[in-house]
Amino acid sequence: MKKPNAIHRFIESLPRPELFRAGAIMTLIIVALVVVGFFYMPYEPTAMSTDRLQGVSFTHLMGTDKMGRDIFSRVMYGSRVTLLVALGTMIIGAGLGILIGAITGYYGGVVDEIVMRIMDALFAFPNVLLALIFVSLFGSGTFKVMWALGIAFIPSFTRVVRSEFIRCKHLDYVKNARLQGVPDLRVIFVHILPNTRGVLLSNLLIGFNNAVLAEAGLSFLGIGSQPPFASLGQMISEAQEVFFKVPSSVLGPGLVIVLMVLGFSLMGEGIRPATQSLD
Amino acid sequence: MLITLVVVSLCLYLSFQLISGDPATRMLGTSATPERLAALRQELGLDQPVLLQYVRWLGAFVTGDLGTSYVYHQPVTELLSSKIIVTLSLALLSFVFMCIIAFPVGIYTAKHAGSVLDRIVLVVNQVIMAIPPFFSGIIISWVFGMILHLFAPGGYISYTKSIPQFVGYLVFPAIAIALPRAAQAARLIRGSILEEASKNYTRTAYSRGNSTNGVLFNHVLKHAFLPVLTFMGMSLGNMLAGSLVVERVFNIPGISNTLLTSIGNRDYPVVLAAVMWIASIIIIINFLVDVLYRVIDPRTAEE
Amino acid sequence: MTNVRELTSQAPTNLPERSSSSPHILASPEEVAANEIVLEVKDLCIEFHDHKLPERVVENFNLVLHKGEIMGIVGESGSGKSMSALAIAGLLNRKTISKSGQILFEDKDFLNCDRRCLRKYQGDEISIIFQEPMTSLNPLHRIGRQVEESLRIHHPRLSKARRYELAIYTMRAVGLPEPEKVYRMYPHELSGGMRQRAMIAAAMIGDPKILIADEPTTALDVTIQAQIIDLLKEINVSQGTAILFISHDLSLVEQLCHRVIVMQQGKIIETGITHDVFTNPQEAYTKALIDAIPKVEL
Repeated sequence: MKKPNAIHRFIESLPRPELFRAGAIMTLIIVALVVVGFFYMPYEPTAMSTDRLQGVSFTHLMGTDKMGRDIFSRVMYGSRVTLLVALGTMIIGAGLGILIGAITGYYGGVVDEIVMRIMDALFAFPNVLLALIFVSLFGSGTFKVMWALGIAFIPSFTRVVRSEFIRCKHLDYVKNARLQGVPDLRVIFVHILPNTRGVLLSNLLIGFNNAVLAEAGLSFLGIGSQPPFASLGQMISEAQEVFFKVPSSVLGPGLVIVLMVLGFSLMGEGIRPATQSLD
Repeated sequence: MLITLVVVSLCLYLSFQLISGDPATRMLGTSATPERLAALRQELGLDQPVLLQYVRWLGAFVTGDLGTSYVYHQPVTELLSSKIIVTLSLALLSFVFMCIIAFPVGIYTAKHAGSVLDRIVLVVNQVIMAIPPFFSGIIISWVFGMILHLFAPGGYISYTKSIPQFVGYLVFPAIAIALPRAAQAARLIRGSILEEASKNYTRTAYSRGNSTNGVLFNHVLKHAFLPVLTFMGMSLGNMLAGSLVVERVFNIPGISNTLLTSIGNRDYPVVLAAVMWIASIIIIINFLVDVLYRVIDPRTAEE
Repeated sequence: MTNVRELTSQAPTNLPERSSSSPHILASPEEVAANEIVLEVKDLCIEFHDHKLPERVVENFNLVLHKGEIMGIVGESGSGKSMSALAIAGLLNRKTISKSGQILFEDKDFLNCDRRCLRKYQGDEISIIFQEPMTSLNPLHRIGRQVEESLRIHHPRLSKARRYELAIYTMRAVGLPEPEKVYRMYPHELSGGMRQRAMIAAAMIGDPKILIADEPTTALDVTIQAQIIDLLKEINVSQGTAILFISHDLSLVEQLCHRVIVMQQGKIIETGITHDVFTNPQEAYTKALIDAIPKVEL
């Protein structure tokens, strides 16, 4: 049993293991919900029935919506959509953001200047708004929303990575590597990039949470995955009018969003060192 | 600032031009005769170079003429102006709430960092940050509207009728928008104060006989405010976006519905105008933040 | 307060007009040893508790400082010299640090009295200047405001005009040119030496009995170093201010201090009149330190 031990040691070594553990449990619940959903769902998430607006029961864990669809199954499906869109957003946003940030930060010059102006302008806009602009240009749909959010997330990563690169490229070990004739690409990806991981990790966690919230917000507005396919925000939007009859129809998907975001942010909080006091 | 405005507007205009296709076809439908299309194109100035069209559009935008909706056949200004006021009021009110909540909480938790209350606030903050405004909005309207009867959900009152009642209706939606942002801000303020507190000049301040409050309010707070200022600037834009979502929850006739239907209908003049409005507001706010930053920090003023 | 002094009434007499370049002759160690005692530290121990094992950084530190005396504390980094100085200045208040012993000033024990009592003396009777004048000054406040700050705190009834007058006077006395102009400047607009002078002005404006100088010249150029050392001598001679001079630079200590304390790993290993210690060190470590001073033979 070597592996659980190592994980245990890792958790105990954190500044605030209790927060990390709580976050990890929440994340595991969500991941379990999504993974199980691939193999088994109590009902077909789009299957309508005559059992409309049922409350919480053993047959319907979160009740049914106004078309008689099982909310729990829809939540399972919806969290899959939200999680995948958020992951895709991170891959697009962080991937391109890191690439652009690394190159502009490392080389500098006119291109850097221009790119950063654009990034600064984009950065001032809220993610949801940027995504809305892209959606209005390219149309709606799950994958388009993922791309729209991904592009909207590029500036935040570019800025962080770029400033880290500008800081690092003047450090002696980088200068040394360059003097020894290490190729630029290797310097960028092997020598500098790994040293930005601390900053990058916290940004990835924050970014992921923002992506979940942005996706939920967009799908609440009816942009993103289209009915009858479920997504969490859209479910809440549809259920708002029947909230008083079936509270679980709003609370269910809502709490899943909260757990998803909270799990990651608590894990992130557990990793961060506790701050000192004012004295 | 002006340059940014021009660049942003040009980018927006060009992207909408490239994507939207031929407005004349849109307005007349695909069954229109080529002659009528050509006539309309000439009338709209579509036969001229793109840049010239842009300049004319910008000129019109500045004077308040935002074009005509493809769908409603109504001037966009007429369609949007009263709605943008509602959205802007909601965002501003949220901003005020954010400051009211964030500063006391942030300063208090920084001063008592490590205390039980600080740790509780830390966790509460994390939870609040995880709640999307539309979700908290529904809960708030249920708790305060249906149970406590502090306001009537859906009972929106226009600002033309009664400004106090208008603002009164916006209070709860504004809180829903402000909460997650306030939690973030409080956390930022706390962290920023503690970071400043570890710097050498605070030690100097203590050495002159300052009390903890003296150091905090006379020395640390001004520094700690600088990163917060940037965040605050971005918050207002964020709250405009938040308003779009929360307006739906509370049935507030802001630009949200019009903007979204127009996106759905590909009614580009309306979308472009709404986005340009919001963009201008955000750019102006950023400019103000820059100016304030320079006022507070003499080091940046010199560069 | 024991002495609100003449601050509130007559013209300031606390610092002399700056005499351009006359060398300041220090009183002899024997002379100052006959003066009254201004500070006595008994069995000071400082422990850090921010890791699992407590870490003792200062152990059984004892010190007697007379009026007008310049006491040097030397040692390598980590020897506990700065920690002792900060403790005397009342700046070690973190919860993770535990202290024991006594720091006696007049009839008060700084180490065991509460913060409010301690604050009455900080910046007024006992002042401190630091190694990094850039970061030790508040970058967002004008120099004048920072120089005046301890007056503001300890003599709140002083009029604004009077405060200004005293600030300008003190700034001129520490050799800041055009004090009226410097008064309105920000720290980043000054050179390193000027910043340290501003720090000294801020420390001296209340005419303290004790000035703690924690490596005040380490971050400065050698020529500026000499000027600052000269200024400290001047303050000592004209004001009778006792100075606790913390440094790792033995040649500066030799020039400036009446007596010296040598520290290693938190303990005092040798103490005595500077001249005696330098000519006849008792401990091997002190000897090694002295031998390490680069000699300039002419």
